[in-house]
Amino acid sequence: MQAFFDEMKSGGAVRAPYAQLQDWLAAMPAELRNLKQAEAEALFRRIGITFAVYGEGGDPDRLIPFDMFPRVFTALEWHRLERGIRQRARALNAFLADVYDRGEIVRAGIVPGRLVYLNEAYEKAMAGIRPPRGVFSHIVGIDLVRTGADEFFVLEDNCRTPSGVSYMLENREIMMRMFPDLFRGNRIEPVDGYPEALRRTLASVAPPKCDREPTIAILTPGHFNSAYYEHSFLADLMGVELVEGQDLFVEGDRVWMRTTEGPQPVDVIYRRIDDAFIDPLCFRPDSMLGIAGLMDVYRSGGVTICSAPGAGVADDKAVYTFVPEMVRFYLGEEPILPNVPTWQCAKSEDLKYVLSHLPDLVVKEVHGSGGYGMLVGPKATSEQVEAFRARLVERPENYIAQPTLALSTVPSFVEEGVAPRHVDLRPYCLVGERIELVPGGLTRVALREGSLVVNSSQGGGVKDTWVLAQ
Amino acid sequence: MRIRIDHTSHYRYDPPVRRVVQSHRLIPAECANQRVEQWQVTVPGGTAGGAFTDGAGDQVQGWTIAGPVSEVVVRVQGVVETTDCAGVLRGHRERVPPVAWLGATPATAVDAALADLARSVAAPDGLALAHALCNAVGAAIAYRPGVTHAHTTAAEALALGEGVCQDHTHALIACAHLREMPARYVSGYMQATEDGSPHEAAHAWAEIWVEGLGWVGFDASNSCCPDERYVRLGCGVDARDAAPIRGVALGQTVESLDVSVAVEAAQQ
Repeated sequence: MQAFFDEMKSGGAVRAPYAQLQDWLAAMPAELRNLKQAEAEALFRRIGITFAVYGEGGDPDRLIPFDMFPRVFTALEWHRLERGIRQRARALNAFLADVYDRGEIVRAGIVPGRLVYLNEAYEKAMAGIRPPRGVFSHIVGIDLVRTGADEFFVLEDNCRTPSGVSYMLENREIMMRMFPDLFRGNRIEPVDGYPEALRRTLASVAPPKCDREPTIAILTPGHFNSAYYEHSFLADLMGVELVEGQDLFVEGDRVWMRTTEGPQPVDVIYRRIDDAFIDPLCFRPDSMLGIAGLMDVYRSGGVTICSAPGAGVADDKAVYTFVPEMVRFYLGEEPILPNVPTWQCAKSEDLKYVLSHLPDLVVKEVHGSGGYGMLVGPKATSEQVEAFRARLVERPENYIAQPTLALSTVPSFVEEGVAPRHVDLRPYCLVGERIELVPGGLTRVALREGSLVVNSSQGGGVKDTWVLAQ
Repeated sequence: MRIRIDHTSHYRYDPPVRRVVQSHRLIPAECANQRVEQWQVTVPGGTAGGAFTDGAGDQVQGWTIAGPVSEVVVRVQGVVETTDCAGVLRGHRERVPPVAWLGATPATAVDAALADLARSVAAPDGLALAHALCNAVGAAIAYRPGVTHAHTTAAEALALGEGVCQDHTHALIACAHLREMPARYVSGYMQATEDGSPHEAAHAWAEIWVEGLGWVGFDASNSCCPDERYVRLGCGVDARDAAPIRGVALGQTVESLDVSVAVEAAQQ
């Protein structure tokens, strides 16, 4: 039996940041709890927030369970995480700016050229292009896990369009509405500054041809998209336009938005559409979602696309293993947040190790996401392990492996009462003229007993995440 | 050599469309192989968009034509002074590293027959290998217009055994990739041969990365390397990517295209 670090109770004693929650819990009878849980669900349903987190698939209309028991960080804990996240976001952006320019990190022999330049996410169309302020990834979602009081690891980076931030905001909103006393008793750092920080970030990367207060638009694939709620929610909170491809067009060297008062130029596009679909002239010619000619306007400085096309080459799971090297190479610093040790099955020595330790490891597809196509060795049957072994031998380059991490737990409301459940954390780091980070992020929780997979498609839920003020 | 070019692309849309958006790679880059004396691209009724140089060193210019559009005429006129560099592209500034040109697209994907063709030759070094592949492709696919079309892949052209410069180029890129040599598609112009043998004035050829030399052009259709008769417009991973004119017409329509190209030696 593996021991897990419980964020509320370590060694039987309640950790300081959770002290008040202990009293709150004790004062809440089961009936009240059930009532509150039903109330929370009704609120989420009424809001209509039912989407799956990016790339996770699953039923788009299924409600992601909200767990009322908050997850708490002290100011000190958060301080270290914040420094680590900022550092990583800087390094990832420096890497992108480099590989689309001179590729010094490849020339220096630190990252293999093939891994970068033959990567599916590398966009040749971006080579030689320097976006405003040199920023490629404006919203960096860094998924973190905890294994001890001071032990945090980065599980993966999300440099394209990490979603889920609307959960972070709504979780807080609903907690404050249902348990106002909790927020009077604890000094909890607010998260509601996120929309304004995002707007500020986007405005700060307006293109060179913009000579006034920039017009910002969120480009959505439309209301059939599972994250449409988040797109409209953010547009609303930022006070910017929510548009689909058909609402925009290229004329001359600018992008224009159709409005009731005639065409208006658009300066910054926060797109929630994949690279392949944003411009049929440059990428997939069959795309109905994009804007013909957008890339030519972008590359000649008439509009800014956030994130930059091709930013995904930095969050590839095989490139991930090089992020600590990026921190040293570009920043001359030691990484504050370590990676999870990773074996690359493309390397024969690594593959050998992985094959002989399969029951102990987590094996993931390099391009996979959402907890599919993944083996959790300790939880798998021997048939499942053997089936996976065959896939690994057939296409080793398609997989990486990591040790099964003893993910920390946080008390969660389950049918039997309150029980520890495994969690991760996705903070959202904004990169523009400045780097901004609201305290906390989205905590995802594996609600199935013993499960280490927090993805909503695999029975995961969400929690409000608190950072206590100093 | 001074080469005069007059190239007109006449697009017709029936019924007319709401809007046409084009992306042009119609301006020769300055390098040791070519120097632009005069150059002009006109699109009557069009609005010039942003211009920039892409990572492969090609000048890109966007155009929009507001509707209703029933026709678009793109005319390129210019004079280029060319120098024979024995096929080697010299002094061309670009950002994309050679390794990025090892990836296949559907048009350049290798099948068993292409792999056999690529492995059928042996050579002591990269340059000799590239020449051998160029000759092998030219021998395996006879020059014959009209049998292939814009979307024919390298594998399909080899199976047919016939094709045009686009097919030769796709096949040569596929073969070079199989032999681990970066390769790309070049679009441009070629001045007519003296003896009246078949040619296409709007031409395409491949560039293969040869260690120690850099990018070297190989024209499998004419079994030679580009010399002073060639004017280079731009490159890409395949014909679609390297197209001198890419366009999207917004609206349900039938598009037809007439192209006329005159490429001739200019008076001194």
